[in-house]
Amino acid sequence: MNTTIVAQLQRQFQDYIISLYQQGFLDNQFSELRKLQDEGTPDFVSEVVSLFFDDCAKLINNMSKSLERPENVDFKQVDSGVHQLKGSSSSVGARMVKNVCISFKECCDVQNREGCLRCLQQVDYEYKMLKTKLQDLFKLEQQILQAGGTIPQVDIN
Amino acid sequence: MGRETESQFHVLAVDDSLFDRKMIERLLQKSSCQADESSHDPNATSTSPETHQEVEINLIITDYCMPGMTGYDLLKKVKESAAFKSIPVVIMSSENVPSRISRCLEEGAEEFFLKPVKLADLTKLKPHMMKTKMKKENEKLTKEENEVSKPEIKEDSTVIEILPLHQELESEQHEPMLSSNKRKAIEEVISTDRSRPKYNDITTSV
Repeated sequence: MNTTIVAQLQRQFQDYIISLYQQGFLDNQFSELRKLQDEGTPDFVSEVVSLFFDDCAKLINNMSKSLERPENVDFKQVDSGVHQLKGSSSSVGARMVKNVCISFKECCDVQNREGCLRCLQQVDYEYKMLKTKLQDLFKLEQQILQAGGTIPQVDIN
Repeated sequence: MGRETESQFHVLAVDDSLFDRKMIERLLQKSSCQADESSHDPNATSTSPETHQEVEINLIITDYCMPGMTGYDLLKKVKESAAFKSIPVVIMSSENVPSRISRCLEEGAEEFFLKPVKLADLTKLKPHMMKTKMKKENEKLTKEENEVSKPEIKEDSTVIEILPLHQELESEQHEPMLSSNKRKAIEEVISTDRSRPKYNDITTSV
């Protein structure tokens, strides 16, 4: 094991994950999630996160359909989708996505179709952005492990 | 505490979201696993019960907002059922509505967790599960079948039955089975060779 390489990668990982917290992509719940992962379940976080992104795609698609025709919007369905999205984004620590959901719910409550469409677009953007970021993070993890190192614990408090 | 008795917990988790079920399953595993996880299958997840076996539930943890039936409705059903009313029920919700919380607690919920549920929340549950477990252990010992030899269990592990909502509703209709099946249930539950006990009827022996 090349300790210099490992140390470099670990440093990179640490810096990257801290930047994600600092830029507001992730919140404390993500570190709660990381706590649940251990040697017995090394893929837990990436699996859960992957489930979350699948959920996002599905929910956004359904809500998009409900919002499609201005004369016939199923706000109940949209509200249900936002509720689910807010719940799972909050469980995963996906801060930006969660925040958009808060605005989204408000638009839904007053049956503001235009507002909903804007939020829908934004939530789509945010989850995809986060997905890319986390993919990079997981790649770094893999590189560390392949180089024989361990994933650093990162305290963000 | 006698280490000869089984020390596995059966938790029934009810939630219409696969994502949430996965989360709660992991939280439960993590909060009750000992350091040695070699006998514990961390990948054991069941969302579709295959075989009909009797198991005892030590805890029900349910989401509040579910299509067709709220966690509160489920709580009521459990408390009204002779077979299940002694099982502690925990309710989770992503919404902080004080009146909802107090209503659930008044109806008999042991705890009410706000989502996202954290590991620290789950550690509160162990005493609740232990309580019913010890009670049931004692009940069993006083019945005639106490020549059943219970194998030694070295570590705690949590068996989690995760049912999608509609299966939970179906199983609510069934009556408990007779106690002659208890021994079978005990042996199957403590098998660490993980052919996970699953059920589609709740036929818990009390």
